[in-house]
Amino acid sequence: MSILVYINSNGGIHKSALEVVTYGKKIGENVTVITSGSADSSSLSSLGKYGATKVLVDRSLQNDDAQQLTRLITSAAENMNASTIVFSQDIIAKAVAPRLSVRLSAGLISGAIDIPSPDGNVKVNVFSGKAFGSVHVHSSKKIISVLPNSIQPEITGSDCAVEEYNGNIGAPSIKVIDTKKPEGEIPLPEAELVVSAGRGMKAPENWHLVEALAKELGAATACSRPVADIGWRPHHEHVGQTGVAIRPNLYIAIGISGAIQHLAGVNGSKVIVVINTDAEAPFFKAADYGIVGDAFEVLPRLTEAVKKFHATRH
Amino acid sequence: MKILVCISKSPDTTSKIAFTDNNTKFDENGVQYIVNPYDEWYALVRALEIKETLGGNVTIVTVGLAADEAIIRKALAIGADDAVRIDAEPSDAYYTAMQISNYAKSNAFDLILTGKETINYNGSQVAAMLAESLDLPFVSLATKLDVSGTTLTLEREIVGGLQIEELTIPAVVSCAKGMAEQRIPNMRGIMAARTKPLEIIAPVAIEPLTSFVNYSIPNSKTACKMIDPMNMDELVELLHNEAKVI
Ligand SMILES: Cc1cc2nc3c(=O)[nH]c(=O)nc-3n(C[C@H](O)[C@H](O)[C@H](O)COP(=O)(O)OP(=O)(O)OC[C@H]3O[C@@H](n4cnc5c(N)ncnc54)[C@H](O)[C@@H]3O)c2cc1C
Repeated sequence: MSILVYINSNGGIHKSALEVVTYGKKIGENVTVITSGSADSSSLSSLGKYGATKVLVDRSLQNDDAQQLTRLITSAAENMNASTIVFSQDIIAKAVAPRLSVRLSAGLISGAIDIPSPDGNVKVNVFSGKAFGSVHVHSSKKIISVLPNSIQPEITGSDCAVEEYNGNIGAPSIKVIDTKKPEGEIPLPEAELVVSAGRGMKAPENWHLVEALAKELGAATACSRPVADIGWRPHHEHVGQTGVAIRPNLYIAIGISGAIQHLAGVNGSKVIVVINTDAEAPFFKAADYGIVGDAFEVLPRLTEAVKKFHATRH
Repeated sequence: MKILVCISKSPDTTSKIAFTDNNTKFDENGVQYIVNPYDEWYALVRALEIKETLGGNVTIVTVGLAADEAIIRKALAIGADDAVRIDAEPSDAYYTAMQISNYAKSNAFDLILTGKETINYNGSQVAAMLAESLDLPFVSLATKLDVSGTTLTLEREIVGGLQIEELTIPAVVSCAKGMAEQRIPNMRGIMAARTKPLEIIAPVAIEPLTSFVNYSIPNSKTACKMIDPMNMDELVELLHNEAKVI
């Protein structure tokens, strides 16, 4: 089985890239990575450690134009006769993988949370995390888009070859006018630790308590929908059934009641901590650790405790 | 502007998710279907706003059976001009996209809008498949969309940020939060919806590429461990030694 793995290597190698290369290695022997990003050759070469046999890079592509990327990946897949193409389920994959599915008549499994079972079926998240489904692909070629934080990166080999590749990507159809990337923020879907807060925080000026804890933990921040709707927090922080779905290792929910639509987006988290004044808040039913208490008192105490913990470990 | 908005049904967000037939089928018992929120709140409403300023026509299309006409009437009540139902069970995203593509090919739309994903299968696949099949540019997860002549200006989410993009119609755009505000249909809209044209067309022969074999429900959490709010050192200790997440 020859596997083609697409990674986005803009700004370096992300953890999600290590996850999908590891995924590729687990399902096939010959794993080729295709990328178009700006990462340098030595960091691309290090993907060999996670199972890549070689890395192909086309540096002519800018701005992740979906049609150009589709041409690039199609060309690489056809050249090596790939049986499976693997993506990390991010914004690029959402635009490119379905296009490839049509172009190659290859069944697309999006949101995979595990490697295929012996009968070839793949487990995915459905109903916004309220259930799992097992997907069968009828076509001989497959595309699997893996949810971030579903596979633990594993080192199994050593550096591999990196080759410049010309995918005949053609002209872009979309003109990029401006790009805004907030500096230093951890993208929410990739974050392993998330500190999230809801209406219980009372007002936007109280968020410094939430941010202080996130900073101490090295966590990303998130929020409930009403908080984003009233403009206390940016929309991209809104998690839940109609926001971002995440599956971090740790999700700390502060002053969030735990409505079914909120839980749908976060119940894939490995460990959930709930801080709420109301002992009857539904969120406690989905929690591993619960604290009945006032966030305004508990948060500074928790931040202090994390600080102390980090200090004793260094 | 001739705009096509693709709508899908999805179970009401408070629905209990359960399965029947040996966990191979979604249990529709007692489930209320709604227009998929992204399709309704963002794609449809933005299409109507564009039509209100520039003139034109908003058509909605869904791949579904007669029982799904309630969601079509809802979309018409919100303000779409006419509707098309492709009379088939939408077996997978590929099948659905190819049906819509076949319809759109013979109808020259300037703009095709969808929601960013459905809240039942969360595939986020149909719009991009449709764009590929029609050989059109596609902007995913757009949070803003403006039209000037034949130029579209869009703001969309990219990995770790936002991008502002320009392209020429025709194009396919999937719509995310920020694009528009939800509209509640009024009595006049609901009355008008009853007489708006609904065309039912037969599906073309397409083989789906994927199918769901079975489903399962995540194990519910074991009892939550309560921690003294005065003792956050204990929580940190548990997160480190027991849960091993920090
Ligand atoms: C179609 C639809 C889709 C939806 N999608 C989403 C979604 O994607 N994401 C989402 O989050 N919601 C979604 N919702 C909304 C959802 O139903 C809830 O209304 C929302 O999650 C509630 O947000 P909240 O918990 O922040 O606020 P509230 O429900 O008001 O809860 C605030 C909580 O804070 C606690 N609290 C108050 N003061 C303190 C304090 N000092 N310290 C500690 N705790 C305190 C309270 O006890 C309460 O539990 C959706 C709703 C619908 C109808």
